[in-house]
Amino acid sequence: MDAAVIDVQQQYKTVMTPAEPMIMKHGKPKIVTEDVTVHYGDKQAIFPLNIRIPDRAVSAFIGPSGCGKSTFLRCMNRMNDTIPICRVGGRITIDGQDIYNPDLDVVQLRARVGMVFQKPNPFPKSIFENIAYGPRIHGLARNKTELEEIVVGSLKRAGLFEEVKDRLDAPGTGLSGGQQQRLCIARAIAVNPDVILMDEPCSALDPIATARIEELIDELRQNYCIVIVTHSMQQAARVSQLTAFFHLGTLVEVGDTEAIFTNPQERRTQDYIMGRFG
Amino acid sequence: MSSHIVSAFDQDLGQLRNLIAQMGGLAEDQFAKAIEALSRSDRTLAERVIAADEKIDHLEKEVEENAIKLIAKRQPMATDLRAIMVAIRISSDLERIGDLAKNIAKRTLAVNEPLPRSVNAGLNRMAEMALEQLTDVLDAYASLDTAKAEEVWKNDSRIDALYNSVFRELLTYMMEDARTIGMCTHLLFGAKNIERIGDHTTNIAENIHYLVTGGILDDRPKEDNTSLTPVEARTAK
Repeated sequence: MDAAVIDVQQQYKTVMTPAEPMIMKHGKPKIVTEDVTVHYGDKQAIFPLNIRIPDRAVSAFIGPSGCGKSTFLRCMNRMNDTIPICRVGGRITIDGQDIYNPDLDVVQLRARVGMVFQKPNPFPKSIFENIAYGPRIHGLARNKTELEEIVVGSLKRAGLFEEVKDRLDAPGTGLSGGQQQRLCIARAIAVNPDVILMDEPCSALDPIATARIEELIDELRQNYCIVIVTHSMQQAARVSQLTAFFHLGTLVEVGDTEAIFTNPQERRTQDYIMGRFG
Repeated sequence: MSSHIVSAFDQDLGQLRNLIAQMGGLAEDQFAKAIEALSRSDRTLAERVIAADEKIDHLEKEVEENAIKLIAKRQPMATDLRAIMVAIRISSDLERIGDLAKNIAKRTLAVNEPLPRSVNAGLNRMAEMALEQLTDVLDAYASLDTAKAEEVWKNDSRIDALYNSVFRELLTYMMEDARTIGMCTHLLFGAKNIERIGDHTTNIAENIHYLVTGGILDDRPKEDNTSLTPVEARTAK
């Protein structure tokens, strides 16, 4: 299988697998990064990174702990802004729009690019209020009826409505782990995002809850651009169409998920996914 | 390639390779003995070959069971995954080679008379080539040598060419003397079995190539044209 090499700087080249990944060729890129770098003070966490993330697809970031995948994920909704010593360089565009443009409304950005975290973090409010909070703040509903429609619609799309429809006033924190995570996904969907970022969304969940979230991700990708950071290779293989392998702050290899997991071109990628570490 | 962090994974894969090596050795042995038995009209040797075939069958089942356990336990990726798929396919080819050798031995029991000299020579030459192919391809598997595998893959056409001439020779015998039809029919099958053994070694070669490169060997040169050999029209008596 052939592979093309994008030479960014001598040592920070990224291998594409195969040479023209199907998903990048036929999928419309939603997010494009150009030479993105991240520093925490003097320490460089991400080296010049170039990637095109397709719309209406799931892209998985994999790599050992500390490789920079979560740091890079947080760049895409400017969560790193909240860390004082963190500096982001380069350019990130969503639909061609530079998201680090100083004129951009960051609050709007974070509605458009939603995030789900490893540990489910519902607000200490009722199930209904958890979902209604965002749309209310963003003024997405003109009246109570519209707000209810948004809440019910989001819960339905997150596959949670049937389980909670009789207790929308109950506290969100009273739900099981898997339900809480689906609540958080519903909360993210409620404000009409284009992109949903997920940082190890299933790490804290049991296998059945995990499977339900994966099923949900499969449904959601028809309408959203989803980027998921995961420690589980098998999960990345199952849910994603594009896989990006990170190592020591560099994007080592990126391409069609099937190709990456059956015939990776880079030795480091191969070692990682096969559980061999030299 | 570096070892797996979980060493038991390496041991499991090693065990799979050993089983294939065992099957390969047995298949080589069975084939060589079957041809010797046919060549020398040795009924005792033929019977031993027939009885020994079940060892290869057992090994194939063991390979399959181990492979399935490996897939369930280890969720293998990339080269590991291809290695396990290839082990399953190669064990199937080796089991077929064993069966074909057993079949050749059975023909010995059926023929029950010395073979005509030139037919014997032709069959032996074919068998020698096929046996060398089998040995070479098993070596290529053990050392993951794609160049060697590709050579085996290409060389099969020589066996096909020999088979064509043995086929024609047997037809001639049968046309000249109808009393030889019984023996020649069995020898036709025997020759076909040798040619099929050759084909199976090319399958193994293709699998080795796939294992190492992830790519597929396409369009093997095939020279067996016996299925297109015209028969002389019957003349009115």
